Amino acid sequence: MSLAKRIIPCLDVDNGRVVKGVKFVDIRDAGDPVEIARRYDKEGADELTFLDITATHHDRDTMVHVVEQVASEVFIPLTVGGGIRTLDDIRRMLNAGADKVGINSAAVFNPDFVREAAERFGSQCIVVAIDAKKTSQSDEADKWEIFTHGGRKGTGIDAVEWAKKMVSYGAGEILLTSMDRDGTRIGFDLPLTRAISEAVSVPVIASGGVGNLDHLADGIIDGKADAVLAASIFHFAEYTIQQAKERMAERGIEVRL
Amino acid sequence: MSSVVVIDYGMGNLHSIAKALQHAEPECDVRVTSTPNAILAADRVVFPGVGAIRDCMQALNQSGLSNVITEVAKTKPFLGICLGMQALLTDNEENGHTQTLDIIPGRVVRFPESLQDNDGNILKIPHMGWNQVHQIQHPLWEGIPQDSRFYFVHSYYAKPDNHSMVAGTADYPNAFACALAQNNIFAVQFHPEKSQAVGLQLLKNFLQWDGLL
Repeated sequence: MSLAKRIIPCLDVDNGRVVKGVKFVDIRDAGDPVEIARRYDKEGADELTFLDITATHHDRDTMVHVVEQVASEVFIPLTVGGGIRTLDDIRRMLNAGADKVGINSAAVFNPDFVREAAERFGSQCIVVAIDAKKTSQSDEADKWEIFTHGGRKGTGIDAVEWAKKMVSYGAGEILLTSMDRDGTRIGFDLPLTRAISEAVSVPVIASGGVGNLDHLADGIIDGKADAVLAASIFHFAEYTIQQAKERMAERGIEVRL
Repeated sequence: MSSVVVIDYGMGNLHSIAKALQHAEPECDVRVTSTPNAILAADRVVFPGVGAIRDCMQALNQSGLSNVITEVAKTKPFLGICLGMQALLTDNEENGHTQTLDIIPGRVVRFPESLQDNDGNILKIPHMGWNQVHQIQHPLWEGIPQDSRFYFVHSYYAKPDNHSMVAGTADYPNAFACALAQNNIFAVQFHPEKSQAVGLQLLKNFLQWDGLL
């Protein structure tokens, strides 16, 4: 008996509707968040992640309502990320029914925010989201840098060092997205995933690049991730969560079936 | 109509627990409260909690709820969840050393660093995700298949002095107590309110339990 590796569908939500960006530009509409959450729950999703990509502050209230509705019907862990900048943002989402919040840019601009959030709400609900891009040349040792603003702005911060720092500040989990792979459907950046997972003591969720079910298994086996996150392969019903788990089990990974 | 209160002392996500209880038993009167009289008047009590144990104990002591909890834990069907389970033991090694309610004799200790699974992979802390729970006979497991998976997120676990109080174990990688039972008290380290169908079944069983073994 042991802990199961988790499959986490991610729902990108813009003003109350689920969308999925391909490389964050070409957005398609894949429906109602509550309906999709219900479907994933039924299929056996281990957790759900909502990424709020709404631009304006006013529309964020919509996200709070989405979380409230989902939390009233779906009894698995819920994470909400996107636009979490203050302790009050965290409190609102937790009160609405979220179990964890993802902090991304705000951690880069003010690392102490992660420390304050972990002290106030506990590390168990603080997920630090890291968007990383490879910056080393092919003849150099692998090196990845943190990017913000949906992958548009480099920061000069080394991804592995940053992950370790965020854990020392109280992050309870790392959501790691390869900006090189996001939307490409060619699989996770496995060296990046493994480098971060082996560098930190907390669970790491691999994200960015999933195009088929073997990519999910690769993230666990070769990337050493504790959980895998994917969006489009599930949204458009190419594969069900159940199929993903069966494939992972075939490859020797312990899953909740 | 039976009633249940979820004790609100400022630690954690009570919305989820209240919603899950209501979902498990639509007829039940579910209330989230910090009022001692409401807690004393309810048929059943749920004691939840997430976060750090020192903050938890401070909140309980400052609000005077420690005494209320000690009182109702003697008499009513009582369910402790996560930090609400840990707080029932005698002391906790988190935050240096924290005295807790001493309702169930025993200690709460941290998972050691650098634990490894059979393949030599380092086990991450917190212990986070769905793990199998090996049940030891108790009315609250009714209708839940043996070794079902429940959702956990924690870095500390309970070691009760009296092993006969262990009502369930999980492996990480060694077996640890993840459910405790003492008379009318049932306490779990995992989150039934986040454990889908099996979690809802456990909550439903609790709402039908008379507190007897």
